[in-house]
Amino acid sequence: MTAGTGTPAIEPAGTPAIETAGLTLRYGNFTAVNDVSLRVAAGARHALIGPNGAGKTSLVHALTGNVPATSGTIRLGGEDLTALPQAARVRRGLTRTFQINQLFRGLTVLENVSLAILERERKTRNFWRSATADRAVAEEAREHLAFVNLDAYAARPVHALPYGLQRLVELAIALGTKPRVLVLDEPAAGVPAAQSEAIFERIHALPRDLTLLFVEHDMGLVFRFAERITVLVQGAIMTEGTPAEIQADERVREVYLGRRGHHAAA
Amino acid sequence: MRLVRVGAGLPLLLLAVAGYFLFPEYLTLFTSLFILSVFALSYDLLQGHAGVVSLGHAVFFGTGAYTAAILARHGLEEPLLGLLAALLVSAALALVLTRIVVVGNDLTRLLVTLGVGFLVFEAANQARDLTGGADGLSDFTMGPVLGLFRFDFAGETAFFYSLAVLALVYFFLWRLAGSPFGLALRGIRENVRRMPAIGAPVRRHLATAYTISGGIAGLAGALLAQTSNFASLDMLGFERSAEVMMMATLGGTGSIPGVVLGATGLGYLKDALSAMSPKYWQLGIGIVLMLSVFVLRGGIAGAFTALLRRLRGRA
Repeated sequence: MTAGTGTPAIEPAGTPAIETAGLTLRYGNFTAVNDVSLRVAAGARHALIGPNGAGKTSLVHALTGNVPATSGTIRLGGEDLTALPQAARVRRGLTRTFQINQLFRGLTVLENVSLAILERERKTRNFWRSATADRAVAEEAREHLAFVNLDAYAARPVHALPYGLQRLVELAIALGTKPRVLVLDEPAAGVPAAQSEAIFERIHALPRDLTLLFVEHDMGLVFRFAERITVLVQGAIMTEGTPAEIQADERVREVYLGRRGHHAAA
Repeated sequence: MRLVRVGAGLPLLLLAVAGYFLFPEYLTLFTSLFILSVFALSYDLLQGHAGVVSLGHAVFFGTGAYTAAILARHGLEEPLLGLLAALLVSAALALVLTRIVVVGNDLTRLLVTLGVGFLVFEAANQARDLTGGADGLSDFTMGPVLGLFRFDFAGETAFFYSLAVLALVYFFLWRLAGSPFGLALRGIRENVRRMPAIGAPVRRHLATAYTISGGIAGLAGALLAQTSNFASLDMLGFERSAEVMMMATLGGTGSIPGVVLGATGLGYLKDALSAMSPKYWQLGIGIVLMLSVFVLRGGIAGAFTALLRRLRGRA
């Protein structure tokens, strides 16, 4: 495991792109997210790590509104989103992707991305014009597809694509919403190592004004691509810092890196 | 699938007109098949396009039928005005019912729509003054369409009147299916969970679809009341709701020409089998339905697409 690729640590300053205060999510007696106060700086490449069951996905759910938070607040660029449902948060610029593909499997790759753009532009109220005749939408969709190197697959139904490429459709759909903050829940989950490289390479190439918060369990990828890391244990933030700081942190090694640390040392 | 969706409208229309010349003694049957097609198309906007099932769609069909009949009884004899009123009343009822139908999953939706169907049926049964109760309404006369075309005994006016409405509904739904709204409905069908994550107002989309669907079902009901000069409780009933689901499934849910073929096919089969054996015709329908599920996956439209693909592969 190597240290971050020499990237300077970005300290959170000014108004964060997204910020939570005391965010808590309970399922019955079980506290999945416990009093999380997280600040993600504008333009950040911020990773969320933690052992299995640490509540990473639950935090993503609460943040993006998949599941309403039990208590606490969520602010996007200073605006309080806590009371808003998921769709309204997306329209304000907070978009997520899913750990397990959530795609429109029977639709073509192009339709998958176009639909996100049409919803963003509020064009889906139109039931008379042809959806494919909208050239601005088609052009933008093709740009997103070109970005994730899927332009050759535009006309294919999504279910006919290999899983690794479907992961890129997942990303392209999210780009179609024009997010300000993009939350990626294990963007390379379920694909072989060689392909997860390619997926993270695309994520790395995203414009710097897009704020990224991503969950990832592959430490190699985290230390290469993240500039800031928050460690979640049992639903609560244990620590936060630069990749170098997190790697040096004894407690993190204990709860999370312990076993892997041995492997790396061996 | 696209080829089937786009290309089939005109041949179907020509086929219907050919039916007029080839089988002039069957105009009444054709008329009823056109009406069934309109009804099936209205239902398939929900099941086939948005992926939302309902076992109470006859509520809107019956509402349209009663609206047309009641207005005619009170002197509104112009059929087109009756159609328009039926469309609006049924659509309004659908919009009101949206709130309870849109929530939940397929199973709860089936139960809720079934329950609504029973409630409306019983309400119509009780409201004898308005609906004629179990006797239905037949004491009304329809004026000529546009003041020009009288409903004649041979059923020629009814034939073209119903065919014109079917053609308009077909064209409207075909446009809708290819529109951004149609794409959003297919998005709901394909993955309702992803939709909010791209900022889509799912409930709003479903409410719109449900309202349009209810309105068109009302058109179909009004057509039946006007062309048969009769409105009765069975037009609201569960059997009709179940039948429309069968027609859509048999034809190939999600395919507009497929659904028309399913409706005409099942409607014709019902007519032919009951003429053959008044006692056992349901047996035949049952067998056809089983076959359509186990053999003819994707319905008539699915079989047609598979055939086209095979032919193209050979060429």
